Amino acid sequence: MTTLTETKADAAPLAAARAGRRRRNRSVVLVLGGALVVVAAFSLAVGAYSLSVPDLLRTLAGQGTQSENFIVLSLRLPRLTLAVLVGVAFALSGALFQTVLRNPLASPDIIGVTGGASAAAVFGMLILGFGAVATSLAAFAGAVIIACVIYLLAWRGGVVGYRFVLIGVGVAFMVQGLLAYLLSRADLNDAQGALLWLVGSVSGARWQDISVVAVVLLVLLPVIRVLSGRLRALQLGDELARSLGVGAERTRLVLLVIAVALAATATAAVGPLAFVAFVAAPIARRVVGTGGLALVPAALIGALITTVADFTAQHLLPGQLELPAGIITGAIGAPYLLWLLATSNKTGKGA
Amino acid sequence: MTPILRAEGVTLGYDQMPIIENLDLAIVPGAITVIVGANASGKSTLLKGLSRLITPSAGQVTLGGRNIKALPGKKVATVVGLLPQQPVAPDGITVADLVGRGRYPHQGWFRQWSSTDDEIVAAAMAATNTQELAARRLEDLSGGQRQRVWIAMALAQDPEILLLDEPTTFLDVTHQIEVLDLLLERNRERGTTVVMVLHDLNLAARYADHLVVMRAGRIVANGAPVETLTAEIVRHAFDLEARIVPDPVCGAPMVVPIGRFHGRAPTMPAETAHDNQQVVN
Repeated sequence: MTTLTETKADAAPLAAARAGRRRRNRSVVLVLGGALVVVAAFSLAVGAYSLSVPDLLRTLAGQGTQSENFIVLSLRLPRLTLAVLVGVAFALSGALFQTVLRNPLASPDIIGVTGGASAAAVFGMLILGFGAVATSLAAFAGAVIIACVIYLLAWRGGVVGYRFVLIGVGVAFMVQGLLAYLLSRADLNDAQGALLWLVGSVSGARWQDISVVAVVLLVLLPVIRVLSGRLRALQLGDELARSLGVGAERTRLVLLVIAVALAATATAAVGPLAFVAFVAAPIARRVVGTGGLALVPAALIGALITTVADFTAQHLLPGQLELPAGIITGAIGAPYLLWLLATSNKTGKGA
Repeated sequence: MTPILRAEGVTLGYDQMPIIENLDLAIVPGAITVIVGANASGKSTLLKGLSRLITPSAGQVTLGGRNIKALPGKKVATVVGLLPQQPVAPDGITVADLVGRGRYPHQGWFRQWSSTDDEIVAAAMAATNTQELAARRLEDLSGGQRQRVWIAMALAQDPEILLLDEPTTFLDVTHQIEVLDLLLERNRERGTTVVMVLHDLNLAARYADHLVVMRAGRIVANGAPVETLTAEIVRHAFDLEARIVPDPVCGAPMVVPIGRFHGRAPTMPAETAHDNQQVVN
């Protein structure tokens, strides 16, 4: 019989292991944060008019010349800020969807939530003649409506991840069909304007868009922080979550609402930047590698993807083409989707 | 004092299809209760009802005399823990992290992770002999190791009443005994009330203080294994002819199935039953 010697087990190795996990998480966050700063500096300094690092710092401190102020503070800074914020919003939205539904394919861009936003925006623009603000509101409403439709269709006394995803994929196809119909009957100039709502772009960032995204993030990030304990319990399946005292169905609904709000806000601001939500969290979890939620690294990776994609679209492609950032993110995300589909049987986490 | 977990006239099922109707059961505190029964007899459903995974469509489950649904979820979780049959874990999770998540109900806004949590997790891992696995990933472990890790997590939750749905399924016989010994040890040393569903009648009889035998959503016998595991009840609950003999190791009743080709032909069930009772008595 084993007795008190065992109940007084040594907790030191556990504390050490936990400290190790925390250290790993922290160093990943530091490296990603550093990378983001570097990319941000490049985005602000490089372009048709390039600045040196001291010039950039001077301009950011408010001591720049008039033209430097205009280029950096009025043109590049809003664009960079918006890219970072929507990167964070998309990444967290995807992370929540994937965690709550326990399915790597459950991301707002795959299951038609951002597609719903596009379709509603294009419908508002082309058919109803909406202006910029009304179109953004339509996009937000479109995302929310599609999410509700999927949720209700997937409901069978509870929501199961794979059913949600399959229905979402079907809805995404319907939404794409609607988009194609709207565009084919529009005239060419209007269709060009609607392009933003097909691929997504952070060009033409306005401070009012930025502030909307910023406020939504400011409200929702603390909520996500508070709910992260429940999210961790939910990672263990509905039954264990309930055994640990977490109401699985209600928690899932709350977290899905938050995820939809993030995706809808970001899409309303910049259009559906494809695959950012889809790839950010899986990359973050692979990099951190501890089985934790890795929400902060995921947010940073989302911001890195959008900023690098925008920088690439602006400066790194040949032929002086200025592409929307969404084309670049799509080019990154599609191979990952193929890889995921090709290897998904191995991990067997489809359901 | 452990509050009593009790099912009072519960009707339980899925999608309006009742599997169990109007069932009463009081779990004896500080004892090991094992629920046995044929497939689809409702034993897992009963366990899920007791652990509030499914809500009764009639009747109620009470904890310490109060409806379990009316009690705050986290509070119940500090008293009643459940290990489901096939729990899932996120990819890449380490053993120490997983076991630590059992502490969730004990943590709150102001009480985050503490050194007490570390000590309880360490004790749970020591009891299940999983300390050496602390830094390993769950997916890299063998089935037996994995099951011990899950039990460690349930122990880290530190419930007074621990419910387990077939904790020995998919384990070889050595690991089955290991897991059951571990639960018995927990019960005898800490007074933890254990309720589990088991398939193996002989292991059930050996480890149970109370045996609940189910058939078609009803309890057909409830009591000490010597009283509940008779040839008659086995025949009734499992449609199986069997001889009951004392387990040579511990004297608990042992079910020896007869089948079509071995032993006495099951054409004289009355006599067989008579024999068996004599053996037990």
